Order: sequence, then structure tokens, then C-alpha cells
Amino acid sequence: MTGNHQAPALLLFGVFVAVTLGITTWVSRNRRGSAEEFYAGGRLFSPIENGFAIAGDYMSAASFLGVAGLIALFGYDGLLYVVGFLVAWLVVLFLVAELVRNCGRFTLADVVAARMSERPVRIAAGTSSVTVSVLYLVAQMVGAGSLVALLLGNTGEAARSWAVIGVGALMVVYVSLGGMRATTWIQIVKAVLLLGGTVVLTVLVLVRFHGDFDQVLRTAAERSGHGAAFLAPGLKYGGDWTARFDFMSLGLALVLGTAGLPHILSRFYTVPTARAARRSTVWAIGLIGGFYLMTIVLGFGAAAIVGPQALRGSNASGNTAVPLLALDLGGGADSTGGTVLFAVVTAVAFATILAVVAGITLASSASVAHDLYASLRRRDAEPRSEVTVARVAAVGVGVVAIGLGLLARDLNVAFLVGLAFAVAASANLPALLYSLFWRSFTTRGAVWAVYGGLIPALTLVVLSPVVSGSPESLFPDMDFQYFPLQNPGLVSIPLGFVAGWLGTVTSTEIADEAKHAETEVRSLTGAGAA
Amino acid sequence: MQSSNGRARADGDGAETGVPTSHARAQHEDLGRAFGEAAGDLHYEDPWYDALASGWGESAAAGPHEGEVPAARREREPGAAAAAQVYLEVQRSAAFQEVRRRYRRFVLPAVLGFFLWYVAYVVAATTAPGLMARPVVGAVNMALLAGLGQFLSTFLLTWAYARHARLRRDRAALELRWDTQELTRGARGGVS
Repeated sequence: MTGNHQAPALLLFGVFVAVTLGITTWVSRNRRGSAEEFYAGGRLFSPIENGFAIAGDYMSAASFLGVAGLIALFGYDGLLYVVGFLVAWLVVLFLVAELVRNCGRFTLADVVAARMSERPVRIAAGTSSVTVSVLYLVAQMVGAGSLVALLLGNTGEAARSWAVIGVGALMVVYVSLGGMRATTWIQIVKAVLLLGGTVVLTVLVLVRFHGDFDQVLRTAAERSGHGAAFLAPGLKYGGDWTARFDFMSLGLALVLGTAGLPHILSRFYTVPTARAARRSTVWAIGLIGGFYLMTIVLGFGAAAIVGPQALRGSNASGNTAVPLLALDLGGGADSTGGTVLFAVVTAVAFATILAVVAGITLASSASVAHDLYASLRRRDAEPRSEVTVARVAAVGVGVVAIGLGLLARDLNVAFLVGLAFAVAASANLPALLYSLFWRSFTTRGAVWAVYGGLIPALTLVVLSPVVSGSPESLFPDMDFQYFPLQNPGLVSIPLGFVAGWLGTVTSTEIADEAKHAETEVRSLTGAGAA
Repeated sequence: MQSSNGRARADGDGAETGVPTSHARAQHEDLGRAFGEAAGDLHYEDPWYDALASGWGESAAAGPHEGEVPAARREREPGAAAAAQVYLEVQRSAAFQEVRRRYRRFVLPAVLGFFLWYVAYVVAATTAPGLMARPVVGAVNMALLAGLGQFLSTFLLTWAYARHARLRRDRAALELRWDTQELTRGARGGVS
């Protein structure tokens, strides 16, 4: 990209940073630093506000840039991602949103630990939540780096590192100063910007083809060089059976992982009641569904208008499809319209990354302070200092994410997100569902469910072709690849459920009937909810 | 508001004859009568506010107050055993079992349905690409229709769930919440 593209994009991004920093200062004035305030924004957001914020938290750079790029390059196989991302919300809506809002205070561990002997369960659930958050954070950091590389061209190796550091520093400021209230408003602003940008691009694509989506599809199939096969599954995942099982694994992780993502769960605590949590989920499903439908149009539109050759030339994994499409739709690289539209889309993508990163950092700092620190600290320690610990934890998580983001910058963004989903589905979801719905679930069952999902998921990734044994691996020179699939979900998710069951049936402890009654009554009625 | 409130109460009573929560219900109705319909409405619409007011701004270990997660309680105070008994009683009450039954009867088949439909979609896309590639209208083939079908079924199930919860569960759950909180407050000796 040339200099005349950079200036407006950087300017718009600067405006977004200024506005969000303004929001952070504005909402954090005159606020007492209570835990309620820091983790849950005072629990007074309306369902619409929270619905937009959930959508903002969920529509990450992976969806906006990654999935549209996958559709542009691989046609229908990219669309399979989108379906998984959306259907996952039914699990959240039916089984998780209301019940978690009723039973917990700030984190996932609150819900799981309520029925159990608290310390081991809280440490286990806190550990897995932090692990998932860090994986997800690294994905966003890598996305930020790729975006800067696109903007500054191949000259910007140092600029790429500085982008990762800058994003990390900004998110630490947002989170440690503004807490949940600032983070939520940033998500809302970002969701509106992202949806607005997507609507404009979608309309422009459809106008280009005179409103005929069939024409978009036919042109995309023609230009792709694959013909009708471009519109059918199989281009990316249709090879050997390993690739097919890999896709099933990913599909399972996507649909079950969302309900275990800590930064999504913590959003439900920002509304006053379970009913409000349900209504915000319904809003979020509407917004996210609409967004993904438009992403499909953008993906096929990029294939039809820009063409796969140009896309591959810019970024081999297709991550730059949407910005390039914007450039073309605005009138081409040398026109004012093209430059402006490109700048807007790039700035929106930056804003997306920044907001998602802030949301995840907040959730993981809550896990560190509320679960890990609160379980491991001395009994007589000053309880009020928990929020201080959370602020410090935000800085710590930021530093870790910056470091890993710099190390992992050549990994594929969509893969990292898929991995975070797989770990969430293996470690968090079994413990959460068992403790909400299984009468005889015990402490040992909960601890086993968490570690029984977490450890296999991480081990299988280390043994997978992602880390070693193939030219694209993290360590291409070594070969300790023993597990054929890239995504561990197909094996590790069932293992998490089995481990939870096994731990429960082998433990001598008898589940406390009164505590189960309390969880069940509270989860369905909201009695005594925070 | 008057009529809808009356209907809710009739519902609850019908489902809940001779349930231990009747004591609180009587208290509650007295309150409602004493303060008129407006006060009654306030309790129905906004019961969380009572719970929040006492615990506002305090951190987890600051003291035993209403709305605290039991996990955060290090040692059970004397009232807590009685409060635990309250939850057992409410769980056994017909009113609660009705709410739970309604929830499960919607959610279990729905989860099973959409999960199998999604798995079938993923398996078909990976193992039967030939079938999925069959053209239907213009460039649109079976695979695209199935994908859009997933979107459509998600939207429809979301709408159906929200409607079912709003019409069939919300009011009964709110009544139970109020009663349970009254009972636990009483069991703890009114400290909160």
C-alpha cells in the first residue's frame, strides 16, 4: 500500500483511540472502585446496550477479516465457519445465559464453585479461564500485526511489533482505569462502527451487481477458477480424511466453545436480571446473525470483484480481502473514494481488535483476581484490595499477551481462535453444564472435568502438525507430531465430559443435596442473585 | 397491570396448593393490599433492587448479605442452615417443579434438535460434497440452502425460546424468587 492510503486510515484510527480514551475517563470519574463496579459495570446496562456489547465482543478480527478472506479464497468452506459461530449462540441462549446470570457474581468459577468445596474448583476454573483468554488474546494481537503490515507494506517489521505493543498498552489503560463500564461502552461504539461499515460495503457489492446475488455467486465461481466447485464444500477440507475430521473437530469446537468463553460469560453479569440477560442474548443473536450474513456477501463479493489472484498476492491467507474489496468498491486505488473507504474499513478493523482485546483482558483479570488470587491469598488479607489486584492483573495479562503476540506473529489468526474455542469447550463447558444440571456432581468431578479437558486439549495441540513436523509449523525443523488434527476438539471435548463423569462416580464425597437445591432454585428463579 | 397481576397469582396458587411458601405469599399479599396495587407492582417488576441495595459496593468478604453467592461464604452462620433448608423446600414445591418442567420441556428437545441438525450439516458437508453440490436454483445449490437453513433455524429457535420464556416462565419464576428471598431473609433472622 502507498502513503496516500495510510494517512486517512491512521487519522481515523487516532480519532477512535481518542474517543475511546475520552469514554474511559468520562465513565470512570467519581466512581468508587468496588468489585461490582469494576467487573460488572454496576450491573445496570440495558438489554439493548448489552446486546450490542456482546456482539462487539464476539465479532472479532477473525470474523471480519479472517472469515471473509476464507470465503473469498475457498468459497463455501469459509461459510462453514460462519454457521458454527452463529449456531453456538443457541447453546448460550438455552443453557447458559440466564442460569449463569442468576448463579454467579463475576466469573465462570462462581457458578461452578457454588456447589463444591471452593478452593480447588475455583483454582481449576480460574486457570482454564485465563488460558482460554490468553490464547484468544494472542490471536487478536497477531491480527493487529497483520493489519499494520498491510497498511505499511512489507517495510514495517518494526512497525508491526510496535502495533502489537501499542494495542497491548491501550487495552491495559482501558481496562485498568475504566473497568467493565468503559469496556462495555467501547464494545458498543465498536459494534455500531463495524455493523455500519459492513452494511455500507454489502450494499455497494449488491449495487455493483444490480442487486442480483445469484450474479455475485456466478461471477465469484467463474473468477475463482474452480467453477461450480467453489460454491460447494470440499475446496479446503475435502481432501483426505484427516482434513475432513479436522473440519468436524473445528465445527464441534466452534459450536460448543462460545458458551465457555470467559469474556462472553462475564457480559451477562452487566445486566440486572436473567430476563435482561436473555433479551441481550436475543439482541446479540440478531446482530451477529445479520453481520455474518453480510460477511458471506462480502466474501463472495471479494472473490467476484477483486479476484483470488490479487487477494493471494496481498496476503496468502486472505486476511486482507475486505480492505481490498473496499478499495475497489470506492473506485480503485487512485481515487478519493477508494482511499476513503479503505481508510474507514481499516480503522474499523483496528477498532474491532482493540475492543475485543479490552473485553478479554478484563475477563482474564477478573479470573486472576477473583478466582486465583482470592483462593490463594492469606485469609486475613484486606478484601477490598481485590479490585487493585484485578487492575494489576490487567497489566500482567497485557504484558504476557504482548510477549506471546510478538512470538506467534506468523501463526494463522483463525487457527488461534479455533484453538481458544476448543480449549473453552473442553475445559469450561463440561464443568459448567454438569454443575448446573447434574444433581450428583461433586468437587472431584468438577476439578477433573476442568483439567481433563484442559490438559488433553493443550497436549494435543503441542503434538499436532501446527507445532512441528510440517513446513508451516511453528518449529518446522523439529518433528514430534503424533496427533494428525490441527484442532483438538473432536478428542478433547468428549474427554472433558468423560473426566467430569469419571471424577464424580469415583469420588467418595456425596453431593450436597441442599447446595444442589440452592443452585437449581437460584438458577431458574433468580432468588438471591447478585 | 391489574388483570395481568391477578392472573399470575391465580396461576401460582393453582399450581401450588399446600406449598411451604404459602406463608410468605400471605405476607406478600398483605403487603400488596396495604400499599395498594402500585407497591405490589414494584415488587414484581424489580425485586433484584432490594437485594442489591444491601450489598451495593461491598466486596465479597465484607459480610453476609442477601445476594451473596454461597461459595463466597467461608463459614456458615447459624441462619445459613435454615436458609439452605428453604432452598430444599422451594425445590420440592409444586410451583418450582412446574417452572423447571416448563424450562426442560422446551430446552431439551430444542437443544437435541438444533445440535443434531448442525452435526448432520457438518457431516454432510465433509462426507457428501457431491450431494451438497447439487444445484437447485441458478447458482444456488443444496449446500448454500442448508447453510441459510442453519441461519433460519437459529433465528426461529431464538424467537421461540424468548417467547416461551416470556409467556410461560417469567412470571412464575419471579413469584418464586420473591417468595424464596422472603423466606431466606426470615430464616437468617432478618439480618439482611
